Amino acid sequence: MLLGFWFSPFVKRVEWALKFKGIEYDYVEEDLTNKSTLLLTSNPIHKKVPVLLHNGKPIAESLVIIEYIDETWKRNPILPQDPYERAMARFWANFIEQKVTKSTKEALVSQGEQQEKKVKELKEAMDVVEGEAKAKLNDKTLFFGGGNGVGYVDIVLGWTCNWMETIEEVGGFKVLDPESQPQFHKWMANFREVPFIKPTMEPKEKLVEFFRMLRQDRLGLVANK
Amino acid sequence: MAEEEVKLFGTWASPVSRRIEVALKLKGVQYEYIEEDLTNKSPALLNYNPVNKQIPVLVHNGKPVAESLVIIEYIDETWKHNPILPADPYERAMARFWAKYIDEKFWPAAMKIVVAKGEEQKGEIDEIQQQMKNLEGELKEKKFFGGESLGFLDIAANIIIWLVVAQEALGMDQILNEEKLPVLYGWLQRLLDDAVIKECVPPKDRHLDLCKVKFGSSIASK
Repeated sequence: MLLGFWFSPFVKRVEWALKFKGIEYDYVEEDLTNKSTLLLTSNPIHKKVPVLLHNGKPIAESLVIIEYIDETWKRNPILPQDPYERAMARFWANFIEQKVTKSTKEALVSQGEQQEKKVKELKEAMDVVEGEAKAKLNDKTLFFGGGNGVGYVDIVLGWTCNWMETIEEVGGFKVLDPESQPQFHKWMANFREVPFIKPTMEPKEKLVEFFRMLRQDRLGLVANK
Repeated sequence: MAEEEVKLFGTWASPVSRRIEVALKLKGVQYEYIEEDLTNKSPALLNYNPVNKQIPVLVHNGKPVAESLVIIEYIDETWKHNPILPADPYERAMARFWAKYIDEKFWPAAMKIVVAKGEEQKGEIDEIQQQMKNLEGELKEKKFFGGESLGFLDIAANIIIWLVVAQEALGMDQILNEEKLPVLYGWLQRLLDDAVIKECVPPKDRHLDLCKVKFGSSIASK
């Protein structure tokens, strides 16, 4: 069972991992304003989605869940087999979370000078991502997972394909640039076309509407402090 | 088998650097230690970790690994005896969840405590106390988070030692005290008593002095 929000990139990641492995699961849509007892008891520490429940036992934190999925269902490995390659995959996942995901979140809910700072950090992080894409990807190696198959890093970075443009529009900034990030844009195009990923992409208008509301809400809270 | 070459780039007072030393010692892996000067980073470090330019970096037969928790998992998967992470996938998930909690929630809160003042500091102290209670929930009646011996989460939680020393240096009442947090307090004593951990903490006097220099300005303004 997977507890989630339709608009959450962290939930989507876990769904991608489950679908990649061909695992059947029940999806439960949570209400942000009225979280279920199940969610609150399954993740009492953070009270957040995603939460995966496997045979009644809850696991939270998207990256922790993905590694759990990979170790429990061994077909179609998400992480590489070799310890050094696994370390590289985990390193990049950590970099993406700390520098790309976090800065994007912070840019979404900030404005003025504070937002400028976050956007600058995000741009620098994207330069690093482009560098890694240039180094690893080519016509034969479409994904960070190697070859034609997606892997851990692709799944962790994949939210950018559906959410980055939305957050740019809502937040009023620009980070994506096909001219300075050609390899990254190629990767995004390929990722969006992966058969089990394509149908999961949420319509942009729907996401924009939701995140606009979220941003206004958060900025309102800050203003009222 | 070809000779294994293991190098660790670290600093004497960094908890994340010391974590790696714990992991290597638990596995009995011989390594060369290189002390970095963070105000003047070596070309080797910058070459091995161009992305973050941080310590610790483990270099194994010329191949670098960075990020302390990533390094520990690499060590565990490369040298398979004396396992650091549990065998069961669910237990592993729990260890990773709580290690992440330590790095993403506990550590920032701990850093805030040593620089905050007055009401703000009190708020941060309440926050850390709650976090420690949460950790007690995970520890329960075990000797260590890893069970009978040190595990992944014990190593990650080494930064609690750093908070204790910082509080001592600043003359603060210890947040982790036997009265309020008996379970975690008991764990801390066992941790400090452990032979491997003892080799992997900064010398107390030097550490206290460093904390006074780093965080001492908050005493002056009290």
